[in-house]
Amino acid sequence: MKRSLMGRKVVVFLLIPALSLIFVFLILPGVWVLKIGMTNETLTGAKARNPDFVGFENYVKVLSDRFFYNALRITLLFVLGSAIIGQAGLGLLLALLTYRKRRLKSFVQSVVILAWIIPEVVVAYLWIAFLDKDYGTLNVILSAIGLSKINWFYEYPLLTIIIFNIWRGTAYSMLLFSAALETIPPSYLETAEVIGASTWRKFKDVVFPNIKSYILTDLILITLWTFNVFTPYLLTGGGPSFRTELLSIYIYRTAFRYFKLGYGASIATIALLINFALAMFYLSLSRRRKA
Amino acid sequence: MKDPRRTSKIVSYIILAPIVAFFICPILWLIVTPFSIRPSLFISLNGFTLNNFERVFQNRTAINAFRNSLVISVSVVVLVTTCALFAAYVLSRHDFRGRNILLYMLVLFSSVVSGAAAMVPIFILNLRLGLVNTELGVILTLSGGIMPTALFILKDFFDSIPRTYEEAALVDGSSPLQVMFRIFLPLSSKGIIVIAMLVFTQSWSNFLVPFVLLRSTSKYPVSVAIYTFFSEVGVPDIGMISAYAFLYTLPVIFAYVLIERKFGFSFYGGIKG
Repeated sequence: MKRSLMGRKVVVFLLIPALSLIFVFLILPGVWVLKIGMTNETLTGAKARNPDFVGFENYVKVLSDRFFYNALRITLLFVLGSAIIGQAGLGLLLALLTYRKRRLKSFVQSVVILAWIIPEVVVAYLWIAFLDKDYGTLNVILSAIGLSKINWFYEYPLLTIIIFNIWRGTAYSMLLFSAALETIPPSYLETAEVIGASTWRKFKDVVFPNIKSYILTDLILITLWTFNVFTPYLLTGGGPSFRTELLSIYIYRTAFRYFKLGYGASIATIALLINFALAMFYLSLSRRRKA
Repeated sequence: MKDPRRTSKIVSYIILAPIVAFFICPILWLIVTPFSIRPSLFISLNGFTLNNFERVFQNRTAINAFRNSLVISVSVVVLVTTCALFAAYVLSRHDFRGRNILLYMLVLFSSVVSGAAAMVPIFILNLRLGLVNTELGVILTLSGGIMPTALFILKDFFDSIPRTYEEAALVDGSSPLQVMFRIFLPLSSKGIIVIAMLVFTQSWSNFLVPFVLLRSTSKYPVSVAIYTFFSEVGVPDIGMISAYAFLYTLPVIFAYVLIERKFGFSFYGGIKG
Protein backbone atom coordinates (compact mmCIF):
# COMPACT_ATOMS: atom_id res chain seq x y z
CA MET A 1 0.00 0.00 0.00
CA LYS A 2 2.69 2.42 0.98
CA ARG A 3 4.78 1.94 -2.15
CA SER A 4 2.19 2.86 -4.73
CA LEU A 5 -1.20 4.48 -4.97
CA MET A 6 -2.16 3.02 -8.31
CA GLY A 7 -1.93 0.06 -10.63
CA ARG A 8 0.34 -0.45 -13.58
CA LYS A 9 -2.31 0.32 -16.21
CA VAL A 10 -3.16 3.68 -14.65
CA VAL A 11 0.53 4.55 -14.44
CA VAL A 12 1.08 3.88 -18.14
CA PHE A 13 -2.13 5.67 -19.10
CA LEU A 14 -1.08 8.80 -17.20
CA LEU A 15 2.49 8.83 -18.49
CA ILE A 16 1.81 8.22 -22.17
CA PRO A 17 0.48 11.65 -23.31
CA ALA A 18 3.41 13.65 -21.91
CA LEU A 19 6.07 11.15 -22.89
CA SER A 20 4.81 10.67 -26.44
CA LEU A 21 4.74 14.43 -27.06
CA ILE A 22 8.27 14.75 -25.74
CA PHE A 23 9.38 11.78 -27.78
CA VAL A 24 7.94 12.93 -31.12
CA PHE A 25 8.68 16.66 -30.90
CA LEU A 26 11.93 16.70 -28.92
CA ILE A 27 13.82 13.43 -28.77
CA LEU A 28 13.06 12.25 -32.30
CA PRO A 29 14.24 15.52 -33.95
CA GLY A 30 17.29 15.54 -31.67
CA VAL A 31 18.36 12.14 -32.95
CA TRP A 32 17.06 12.47 -36.49
CA VAL A 33 19.23 15.52 -37.15
CA LEU A 34 22.24 13.17 -37.40
CA LYS A 35 20.67 11.37 -40.35
CA ILE A 36 19.43 14.49 -42.13
CA GLY A 37 22.93 15.94 -41.81
CA MET A 38 24.15 13.09 -44.00
CA THR A 39 21.80 13.91 -46.90
CA ASN A 40 21.65 16.67 -49.48
CA GLU A 41 17.99 17.44 -48.79
CA THR A 42 16.75 20.85 -49.91
CA LEU A 43 13.41 22.56 -49.43
CA THR A 44 12.66 22.97 -53.13
CA GLY A 45 13.80 21.31 -56.34
CA ALA A 46 14.69 17.71 -57.15
CA LYS A 47 16.52 17.01 -53.89
CA ALA A 48 13.46 17.99 -51.85
CA ARG A 49 11.63 14.77 -52.76
CA ASN A 50 14.49 12.35 -53.17
CA PRO A 51 17.47 13.47 -51.16
CA ASP A 52 20.63 11.38 -51.59
CA PHE A 53 22.60 9.90 -48.74
CA VAL A 54 25.99 11.59 -48.88
CA GLY A 55 27.61 10.24 -45.71
CA PHE A 56 30.12 12.58 -44.14
CA GLU A 57 30.43 14.80 -47.19
CA ASN A 58 28.61 17.68 -45.47
CA TYR A 59 30.89 17.51 -42.47
CA VAL A 60 33.99 17.61 -44.66
CA LYS A 61 32.49 20.66 -46.32
CA VAL A 62 31.73 22.32 -42.98
CA LEU A 63 35.38 21.97 -41.98
CA SER A 64 36.45 24.13 -44.90
CA ASP A 65 33.47 26.50 -44.78
CA ARG A 66 34.69 30.02 -44.00
CA PHE A 67 31.19 31.14 -42.98
CA PHE A 68 31.14 28.37 -40.39
CA TYR A 69 34.44 29.54 -38.90
CA ASN A 70 33.26 33.13 -39.01
CA ALA A 71 30.07 32.17 -37.15
CA LEU A 72 32.00 30.07 -34.63
CA ARG A 73 34.45 32.89 -33.93
CA ILE A 74 31.64 35.44 -33.49
CA THR A 75 29.70 33.05 -31.25
CA LEU A 76 32.76 32.51 -29.04
CA LEU A 77 33.33 36.26 -28.68
CA PHE A 78 29.61 36.74 -28.04
CA VAL A 79 29.50 34.08 -25.30
CA LEU A 80 32.73 35.30 -23.74
CA GLY A 81 31.79 38.99 -23.84
CA SER A 82 28.10 38.93 -23.09
CA ALA A 83 27.72 35.90 -20.83
CA ILE A 84 30.98 35.01 -19.08
CA ILE A 85 32.32 38.53 -18.62
CA GLY A 86 29.18 40.64 -18.99
CA GLN A 87 26.25 38.85 -17.38
CA ALA A 88 28.22 36.98 -14.74
CA GLY A 89 30.39 40.00 -13.91
CA LEU A 90 27.57 42.52 -13.79
CA GLY A 91 25.29 40.04 -12.02
CA LEU A 92 27.91 39.52 -9.32
CA LEU A 93 28.55 43.26 -8.99
CA LEU A 94 24.83 43.98 -8.61
CA ALA A 95 24.40 41.17 -6.09
CA LEU A 96 27.32 42.48 -4.02
CA LEU A 97 26.22 46.12 -4.16
CA THR A 98 22.71 45.26 -3.01
CA TYR A 99 23.76 42.68 -0.42
CA ARG A 100 21.80 43.15 2.82
CA LYS A 101 20.00 46.23 1.44
CA ARG A 102 16.53 44.79 1.11
CA ARG A 103 14.62 47.63 -0.52
CA LEU A 104 17.45 48.60 -2.85
CA LYS A 105 17.86 44.96 -3.86
CA SER A 106 14.22 44.45 -4.69
CA PHE A 107 14.15 47.66 -6.76
CA VAL A 108 17.28 46.79 -8.76
CA GLN A 109 16.09 43.22 -9.21
CA SER A 110 12.71 44.22 -10.60
CA VAL A 111 14.29 46.51 -13.19
CA VAL A 112 16.81 43.86 -14.25
CA ILE A 113 14.13 41.14 -14.33
CA LEU A 114 11.91 43.33 -16.52
CA ALA A 115 14.65 43.34 -19.18
CA TRP A 116 14.71 39.57 -18.91
CA ILE A 117 11.01 38.77 -19.25
CA ILE A 118 9.81 41.20 -21.94
CA PRO A 119 9.18 39.13 -25.13
CA GLU A 120 12.24 39.01 -27.39
CA VAL A 121 10.62 40.75 -30.38
CA VAL A 122 9.66 43.71 -28.21
CA VAL A 123 13.10 43.85 -26.66
CA ALA A 124 14.65 43.85 -30.14
CA TYR A 125 12.57 46.83 -31.21
CA LEU A 126 13.29 48.68 -27.97
CA TRP A 127 16.99 48.43 -28.77
CA ILE A 128 16.55 49.38 -32.41
CA ALA A 129 14.79 52.52 -31.15
CA PHE A 130 17.31 53.13 -28.35
CA LEU A 131 20.31 52.94 -30.70
CA ASP A 132 18.82 54.58 -33.81
CA LYS A 133 21.52 56.68 -35.46
CA ASP A 134 19.47 59.90 -35.77
CA TYR A 135 16.62 59.80 -33.26
CA GLY A 136 17.62 57.08 -30.80
CA THR A 137 17.70 58.11 -27.15
CA LEU A 138 21.36 57.20 -26.69
CA ASN A 139 22.55 59.33 -29.62
CA VAL A 140 20.30 62.24 -28.63
CA ILE A 141 21.90 62.14 -25.17
CA LEU A 142 25.40 61.86 -26.66
CA SER A 143 24.91 64.87 -28.89
CA ALA A 144 23.30 66.84 -26.06
CA ILE A 145 26.50 66.49 -24.02
CA GLY A 146 28.59 67.49 -27.01
CA LEU A 147 29.70 64.09 -28.34
CA SER A 148 29.09 62.97 -31.90
CA LYS A 149 26.35 60.52 -32.81
CA ILE A 150 27.39 56.93 -33.44
CA ASN A 151 25.87 54.52 -35.95
CA TRP A 152 26.06 51.62 -33.51
CA PHE A 153 24.83 48.81 -35.75
CA TYR A 154 27.35 49.64 -38.50
CA GLU A 155 30.38 50.83 -36.61
CA TYR A 156 30.34 48.44 -33.63
CA PRO A 157 27.91 45.63 -34.56
CA LEU A 158 29.40 42.85 -32.44
CA LEU A 159 29.95 45.08 -29.42
CA THR A 160 26.36 46.29 -29.79
CA ILE A 161 24.80 42.82 -29.66
CA ILE A 162 27.13 41.90 -26.79
CA ILE A 163 25.97 44.89 -24.75
CA PHE A 164 22.39 44.15 -25.76
CA ASN A 165 22.70 40.59 -24.49
CA ILE A 166 24.25 41.71 -21.20
CA TRP A 167 21.21 43.93 -20.71
CA ARG A 168 18.89 41.09 -21.69
CA GLY A 169 20.32 38.28 -19.56
CA THR A 170 21.99 39.67 -16.42
CA ALA A 171 18.88 38.92 -14.32
CA TYR A 172 19.58 35.20 -13.95
CA SER A 173 23.13 35.71 -12.68
CA MET A 174 22.10 38.48 -10.32
CA LEU A 175 19.29 36.36 -8.84
CA LEU A 176 21.54 33.33 -8.46
CA PHE A 177 24.39 35.30 -6.85
CA SER A 178 22.03 37.18 -4.54
CA ALA A 179 20.68 33.85 -3.35
CA ALA A 180 24.24 32.53 -3.00
CA LEU A 181 25.31 35.48 -0.84
CA GLU A 182 22.42 34.76 1.51
CA THR A 183 23.95 31.35 2.25
CA ILE A 184 27.10 32.89 3.76
CA PRO A 185 26.83 32.95 7.56
CA PRO A 186 26.78 36.65 8.62
CA SER A 187 29.26 35.92 11.40
CA TYR A 188 32.02 35.29 8.82
CA LEU A 189 31.73 38.80 7.44
CA GLU A 190 31.33 40.33 10.91
CA THR A 191 34.55 38.68 12.03
CA ALA A 192 36.33 40.01 8.95
CA GLU A 193 35.02 43.50 9.74
CA VAL A 194 36.16 43.31 13.35
CA ILE A 195 39.72 42.50 12.29
CA GLY A 196 39.53 45.38 9.81
CA ALA A 197 39.74 43.47 6.53
CA SER A 198 39.56 45.52 3.33
CA THR A 199 36.62 45.13 0.92
CA TRP A 200 38.83 43.19 -1.49
CA ARG A 201 40.09 40.85 1.25
CA LYS A 202 36.54 40.25 2.44
CA PHE A 203 35.54 39.31 -1.09
CA LYS A 204 38.61 37.16 -1.76
CA ASP A 205 38.76 35.30 1.56
CA VAL A 206 35.14 35.13 2.70
CA VAL A 207 32.67 35.71 -0.12
CA PHE A 208 34.37 34.05 -3.07
CA PRO A 209 35.18 30.67 -1.48
CA ASN A 210 31.58 30.41 -0.30
CA ILE A 211 29.93 31.14 -3.65
CA LYS A 212 32.48 29.42 -5.91
CA SER A 213 30.21 26.51 -6.82
CA TYR A 214 27.34 28.88 -7.67
CA ILE A 215 29.63 30.80 -10.01
CA LEU A 216 30.50 27.61 -11.88
CA THR A 217 26.82 26.62 -12.18
CA ASP A 218 25.99 30.10 -13.43
CA LEU A 219 28.80 30.11 -16.01
CA ILE A 220 27.78 26.78 -17.53
CA LEU A 221 24.08 27.63 -17.73
CA ILE A 222 24.49 31.10 -19.21
CA THR A 223 27.06 29.74 -21.68
CA LEU A 224 24.55 27.11 -22.80
CA TRP A 225 21.74 29.67 -23.16
CA THR A 226 23.85 32.35 -24.82
CA PHE A 227 25.25 29.84 -27.28
CA ASN A 228 21.69 29.22 -28.52
CA VAL A 229 20.43 32.80 -28.51
CA PHE A 230 18.73 33.93 -31.73
CA THR A 231 17.47 37.39 -30.69
CA PRO A 232 20.41 39.33 -32.27
CA TYR A 233 18.99 38.27 -35.63
CA LEU A 234 16.02 40.55 -34.91
CA LEU A 235 18.41 43.47 -34.33
CA THR A 236 20.94 43.01 -37.12
CA GLY A 237 19.86 40.08 -39.30
CA GLY A 238 23.44 38.84 -38.90
CA GLY A 239 24.93 41.84 -40.67
CA PRO A 240 26.46 44.09 -41.68
CA SER A 241 28.41 41.71 -43.94
CA PHE A 242 28.12 38.75 -41.49
CA ARG A 243 29.80 40.63 -38.63
CA THR A 244 27.08 39.56 -36.18
CA GLU A 245 26.31 36.20 -37.73
CA LEU A 246 26.21 33.88 -34.74
CA LEU A 247 26.18 30.12 -35.33
CA SER A 248 22.41 30.08 -34.67
CA ILE A 249 21.90 32.76 -37.32
CA TYR A 250 24.18 30.97 -39.80
CA ILE A 251 22.18 27.75 -39.32
CA TYR A 252 18.96 29.67 -39.84
CA ARG A 253 20.29 31.32 -43.01
CA THR A 254 21.58 28.04 -44.47
CA ALA A 255 18.49 25.96 -43.76
CA PHE A 256 15.65 28.47 -44.08
CA ARG A 257 16.94 31.27 -46.32
CA TYR A 258 19.04 29.18 -48.74
CA PHE A 259 16.84 26.09 -48.20
CA LYS A 260 19.84 23.74 -47.81
CA LEU A 261 18.25 21.54 -45.16
CA GLY A 262 20.79 18.72 -45.32
CA TYR A 263 23.79 21.00 -45.01
CA GLY A 264 22.02 23.10 -42.37
CA ALA A 265 21.34 19.92 -40.39
CA SER A 266 25.03 18.99 -40.40
CA ILE A 267 25.95 22.38 -38.88
CA ALA A 268 23.02 22.02 -36.47
CA THR A 269 24.40 18.63 -35.39
CA ILE A 270 27.70 20.27 -34.43
CA ALA A 271 25.83 22.95 -32.46
CA LEU A 272 23.68 20.34 -30.70
CA LEU A 273 26.79 18.32 -29.78
CA ILE A 274 28.28 21.42 -28.16
CA ASN A 275 24.98 21.86 -26.28
CA PHE A 276 25.17 18.23 -25.22
CA ALA A 277 28.69 18.61 -23.84
CA LEU A 278 27.72 21.72 -21.86
CA ALA A 279 24.54 20.09 -20.51
CA MET A 280 26.39 16.91 -19.46
CA PHE A 281 28.98 19.02 -17.67
CA TYR A 282 26.22 20.84 -15.82
CA LEU A 283 24.31 17.68 -14.90
CA SER A 284 27.37 15.82 -13.65
CA LEU A 285 28.23 18.83 -11.54
CA SER A 286 24.79 19.16 -9.96
CA ARG A 287 24.59 15.41 -9.33
CA ARG A 288 27.94 15.41 -7.62
CA ARG A 289 26.82 18.25 -5.38
CA LYS A 290 23.72 16.32 -4.34
CA ALA A 291 25.67 13.14 -3.62
CA MET B 1 35.96 61.03 11.67
CA LYS B 2 34.17 59.54 8.69
CA ASP B 3 31.80 56.65 9.04
CA PRO B 4 33.05 53.85 6.75
CA ARG B 5 29.58 52.28 6.41
CA ARG B 6 28.16 55.55 5.14
CA THR B 7 30.98 55.93 2.63
CA SER B 8 30.45 52.42 1.34
CA LYS B 9 26.74 53.13 0.93
CA ILE B 10 27.43 56.29 -1.07
CA VAL B 11 29.99 54.48 -3.23
CA SER B 12 27.55 51.70 -4.01
CA TYR B 13 24.84 54.21 -5.00
CA ILE B 14 27.28 56.00 -7.29
CA ILE B 15 28.14 52.72 -9.06
CA LEU B 16 24.52 51.55 -9.18
CA ALA B 17 22.95 54.71 -10.63
CA PRO B 18 24.36 54.46 -14.19
CA ILE B 19 23.75 50.68 -14.30
CA VAL B 20 20.12 51.07 -13.30
CA ALA B 21 19.73 53.91 -15.83
CA PHE B 22 21.21 51.61 -18.50
CA PHE B 23 18.59 48.98 -17.70
CA ILE B 24 15.66 51.41 -17.47
CA CYS B 25 16.28 53.55 -20.58
CA PRO B 26 15.13 51.11 -23.31
CA ILE B 27 12.15 50.03 -21.18
CA LEU B 28 11.10 53.62 -20.51
CA TRP B 29 10.52 54.05 -24.24
CA LEU B 30 7.96 51.22 -24.17
CA ILE B 31 6.07 52.86 -21.31
CA VAL B 32 6.05 56.40 -22.71
CA THR B 33 5.78 56.16 -26.51
CA PRO B 34 2.39 54.41 -26.80
CA PHE B 35 0.75 57.40 -25.10
CA SER B 36 2.65 60.08 -26.99
CA ILE B 37 0.95 62.40 -29.51
CA ARG B 38 4.02 62.62 -31.73
CA PRO B 39 5.68 59.24 -31.11
CA SER B 40 9.34 59.01 -32.14
CA LEU B 41 12.33 56.77 -31.46
CA PHE B 42 13.42 59.20 -28.76
CA ILE B 43 11.83 58.87 -25.30
CA SER B 44 9.50 61.86 -25.12
CA LEU B 45 5.97 62.37 -23.92
CA ASN B 46 4.51 65.39 -25.67
CA GLY B 47 0.88 65.30 -24.65
CA PHE B 48 -1.21 62.28 -23.76
CA THR B 49 -3.29 60.33 -26.28
CA LEU B 50 -4.84 56.91 -26.81
CA ASN B 51 -4.81 57.40 -30.55
CA ASN B 52 -1.97 54.90 -31.05
CA PHE B 53 -4.03 52.15 -29.44
CA GLU B 54 -6.97 53.07 -31.64
CA ARG B 55 -4.79 52.46 -34.70
CA VAL B 56 -3.86 49.03 -33.34
CA PHE B 57 -7.52 48.08 -33.14
CA GLN B 58 -8.11 49.33 -36.67
CA ASN B 59 -5.28 47.18 -38.01
CA ARG B 60 -6.66 43.88 -39.32
CA THR B 61 -3.30 42.05 -39.22
CA ALA B 62 -2.64 43.18 -35.65
CA ILE B 63 -6.00 42.02 -34.32
CA ASN B 64 -5.83 38.77 -36.22
CA ALA B 65 -2.36 38.08 -34.79
CA PHE B 66 -3.69 38.64 -31.28
CA ARG B 67 -6.32 36.01 -31.89
CA ASN B 68 -3.70 33.60 -33.29
CA SER B 69 -1.40 34.15 -30.30
CA LEU B 70 -4.27 33.49 -27.95
CA VAL B 71 -5.27 30.28 -29.76
CA ILE B 72 -1.67 29.02 -29.77
CA SER B 73 -0.82 29.87 -26.15
CA VAL B 74 -4.10 28.69 -24.64
CA SER B 75 -3.82 25.39 -26.51
CA VAL B 76 -0.23 24.91 -25.35
CA VAL B 77 -1.19 25.78 -21.76
CA VAL B 78 -4.07 23.27 -21.74
CA LEU B 79 -2.06 20.54 -23.44
CA VAL B 80 1.15 20.91 -21.42
CA THR B 81 -0.51 21.50 -18.05
CA THR B 82 -2.82 18.50 -18.40
CA CYS B 83 -0.19 16.08 -19.70
CA ALA B 84 2.50 17.28 -17.29
CA LEU B 85 0.05 17.08 -14.40
CA PHE B 86 -0.77 13.42 -15.09
CA ALA B 87 2.84 12.43 -15.65
CA ALA B 88 4.21 14.41 -12.71
CA TYR B 89 1.62 12.83 -10.42
CA VAL B 90 2.79 9.37 -11.44
CA LEU B 91 6.45 10.29 -11.15
CA SER B 92 5.89 11.78 -7.72
CA ARG B 93 3.64 9.05 -6.26
CA HIS B 94 4.78 5.89 -7.97
CA ASP B 95 8.23 4.43 -7.41
CA PHE B 96 9.66 2.56 -10.32
CA ARG B 97 13.14 1.74 -11.44
CA GLY B 98 14.86 4.38 -13.56
CA ARG B 99 12.49 7.15 -12.52
CA ASN B 100 15.23 9.63 -11.71
CA ILE B 101 17.23 8.66 -14.78
CA LEU B 102 14.14 9.28 -16.90
CA LEU B 103 13.67 12.75 -15.45
CA TYR B 104 17.35 13.59 -15.93
CA MET B 105 17.24 12.41 -19.53
CA LEU B 106 14.18 14.55 -20.28
CA VAL B 107 15.69 17.69 -18.81
CA LEU B 108 18.96 16.96 -20.60
CA PHE B 109 17.16 16.63 -23.92
CA SER B 110 15.13 19.79 -23.45
CA SER B 111 18.24 21.87 -22.83
CA VAL B 112 20.21 20.26 -25.67
CA VAL B 113 17.51 20.30 -28.36
CA SER B 114 16.84 24.03 -28.38
CA GLY B 115 17.41 27.14 -30.41
CA ALA B 116 17.83 27.56 -34.15
CA ALA B 117 19.88 24.35 -34.42
CA ALA B 118 16.92 22.27 -33.20
CA MET B 119 14.61 24.05 -35.63
CA VAL B 120 16.21 22.28 -38.62
CA PRO B 121 15.08 18.73 -37.71
CA ILE B 122 11.88 20.08 -36.13
CA PHE B 123 11.01 21.82 -39.38
CA ILE B 124 11.62 18.63 -41.38
CA LEU B 125 9.52 16.63 -38.90
CA ASN B 126 6.66 19.09 -39.35
CA LEU B 127 7.15 18.94 -43.11
CA ARG B 128 6.81 15.14 -43.12
CA LEU B 129 3.74 15.29 -40.86
CA GLY B 130 2.10 17.93 -43.07
CA LEU B 131 2.18 20.42 -40.19
CA VAL B 132 4.23 23.21 -41.78
CA ASN B 133 2.18 26.42 -41.95
CA THR B 134 -0.41 25.11 -39.47
CA GLU B 135 -1.15 26.35 -35.97
CA LEU B 136 -1.27 22.73 -34.83
CA GLY B 137 2.40 22.28 -35.81
CA VAL B 138 3.38 25.34 -33.75
CA ILE B 139 1.28 24.15 -30.79
CA LEU B 140 2.75 20.63 -30.75
CA THR B 141 6.33 21.83 -31.26
CA LEU B 142 6.07 24.38 -28.45
CA SER B 143 4.43 21.79 -26.18
CA GLY B 144 7.14 19.19 -26.73
CA GLY B 145 9.83 21.74 -25.92
CA ILE B 146 8.24 23.09 -22.73
CA MET B 147 6.93 19.76 -21.39
CA PRO B 148 10.11 18.43 -19.68
CA THR B 149 10.64 21.59 -17.60
CA ALA B 150 6.96 21.77 -16.67
CA LEU B 151 7.09 18.10 -15.69
CA PHE B 152 10.22 18.58 -13.62
CA ILE B 153 8.94 21.59 -11.68
CA LEU B 154 5.51 20.04 -11.08
CA LYS B 155 7.03 16.79 -9.85
CA ASP B 156 9.17 18.75 -7.41
CA PHE B 157 6.11 20.60 -6.20
CA PHE B 158 4.04 17.41 -5.83
CA ASP B 159 6.83 15.80 -3.80
CA SER B 160 6.29 18.51 -1.19
CA ILE B 161 2.62 17.60 -0.69
CA PRO B 162 2.19 14.90 1.96
CA ARG B 163 0.69 11.60 0.88
CA THR B 164 -1.38 10.96 3.98
CA TYR B 165 -4.68 12.38 2.63
CA GLU B 166 -4.50 10.25 -0.50
CA GLU B 167 -3.66 7.12 1.48
CA ALA B 168 -6.57 7.71 3.83
CA ALA B 169 -8.96 8.10 0.90
CA LEU B 170 -7.64 4.89 -0.67
CA VAL B 171 -8.23 3.03 2.56
CA ASP B 172 -11.79 4.39 2.50
CA GLY B 173 -12.26 2.68 -0.83
CA SER B 174 -11.83 5.45 -3.42
CA SER B 175 -10.30 4.51 -6.77
CA PRO B 176 -6.84 5.89 -7.67
CA LEU B 177 -8.29 8.33 -10.24
CA GLN B 178 -10.90 9.52 -7.75
CA VAL B 179 -8.11 10.17 -5.29
CA MET B 180 -6.22 12.16 -7.87
CA PHE B 181 -9.12 14.38 -8.91
CA ARG B 182 -10.92 14.83 -5.57
CA ILE B 183 -8.07 14.90 -3.07
CA PHE B 184 -4.84 15.66 -4.85
CA LEU B 185 -5.82 18.33 -7.39
CA PRO B 186 -7.38 20.73 -4.87
CA LEU B 187 -4.24 20.43 -2.72
CA SER B 188 -1.92 21.21 -5.59
CA SER B 189 -3.89 23.95 -7.37
CA LYS B 190 -1.31 26.60 -6.50
CA GLY B 191 1.54 24.76 -8.23
CA ILE B 192 -0.65 24.02 -11.24
CA ILE B 193 -1.59 27.68 -11.65
CA VAL B 194 2.06 28.70 -11.54
CA ILE B 195 2.99 26.12 -14.18
CA ALA B 196 0.11 27.23 -16.39
CA MET B 197 1.35 30.84 -16.09
CA LEU B 198 4.92 29.86 -16.95
CA VAL B 199 3.83 27.83 -19.96
CA PHE B 200 1.67 30.72 -21.08
CA THR B 201 4.48 33.28 -20.97
CA GLN B 202 6.84 30.90 -22.78
CA SER B 203 4.47 30.19 -25.66
CA TRP B 204 3.09 33.74 -25.84
CA SER B 205 6.62 35.20 -26.12
CA ASN B 206 8.08 32.60 -28.47
CA PHE B 207 9.26 33.96 -31.79
CA LEU B 208 11.46 31.35 -33.44
CA VAL B 209 9.00 28.44 -33.70
CA PRO B 210 6.18 30.30 -35.50
CA PHE B 211 8.75 32.31 -37.47
CA VAL B 212 10.20 29.11 -38.95
CA LEU B 213 7.04 27.00 -39.22
CA LEU B 214 4.45 29.50 -40.48
CA ARG B 215 4.29 30.94 -44.00
CA SER B 216 0.96 32.80 -44.31
CA THR B 217 0.68 36.26 -42.79
CA SER B 218 -2.86 35.48 -41.65
CA LYS B 219 -1.53 32.75 -39.34
CA TYR B 220 1.20 34.84 -37.66
CA PRO B 221 1.07 35.28 -33.89
CA VAL B 222 1.87 38.71 -32.42
CA SER B 223 5.61 38.01 -32.08
CA VAL B 224 6.06 37.45 -35.81
CA ALA B 225 3.58 40.20 -36.71
CA ILE B 226 5.55 42.80 -34.73
CA TYR B 227 8.75 41.69 -36.44
CA THR B 228 7.20 42.14 -39.88
CA PHE B 229 5.84 45.56 -38.83
CA PHE B 230 9.25 46.93 -37.94
CA SER B 231 11.44 45.07 -40.44
CA GLU B 232 9.30 45.81 -43.52
CA VAL B 233 10.56 48.35 -46.01
CA GLY B 234 8.99 51.78 -45.78
CA VAL B 235 8.42 54.02 -42.80
CA PRO B 236 7.22 52.03 -39.79
CA ASP B 237 4.27 53.43 -37.83
CA ILE B 238 6.17 53.94 -34.57
CA GLY B 239 3.10 54.93 -32.54
CA MET B 240 1.13 51.88 -33.62
CA ILE B 241 4.05 49.45 -33.13
CA SER B 242 4.81 50.79 -29.65
CA ALA B 243 1.16 50.55 -28.59
CA TYR B 244 0.93 47.06 -30.03
CA ALA B 245 4.14 45.97 -28.29
CA PHE B 246 2.85 47.48 -25.06
CA LEU B 247 -0.40 45.48 -25.22
CA TYR B 248 1.52 42.34 -26.15
CA THR B 249 3.90 42.71 -23.19
CA LEU B 250 1.25 43.40 -20.53
CA PRO B 251 0.01 39.79 -20.05
CA VAL B 252 3.62 38.57 -19.61
CA ILE B 253 4.35 41.13 -16.88
CA PHE B 254 1.03 40.36 -15.24
CA ALA B 255 1.80 36.61 -15.21
CA TYR B 256 5.26 37.14 -13.70
CA VAL B 257 3.95 39.44 -10.97
CA LEU B 258 1.44 36.75 -10.11
CA ILE B 259 4.15 34.07 -10.04
CA GLU B 260 6.36 36.24 -7.87
CA ARG B 261 3.54 36.82 -5.39
CA LYS B 262 3.00 33.08 -5.13
CA PHE B 263 6.53 31.74 -5.20
CA GLY B 264 9.27 34.30 -5.56
CA PHE B 265 11.61 34.43 -8.49
CA SER B 266 14.18 31.82 -7.59
CA PHE B 267 11.54 29.26 -8.42
CA TYR B 268 11.65 29.49 -12.17
CA GLY B 269 15.40 29.78 -12.58
CA GLY B 270 15.46 26.70 -14.74
CA ILE B 271 12.71 27.48 -17.17
CA LYS B 272 14.01 30.55 -18.92
CA GLY B 273 16.29 29.47 -21.73
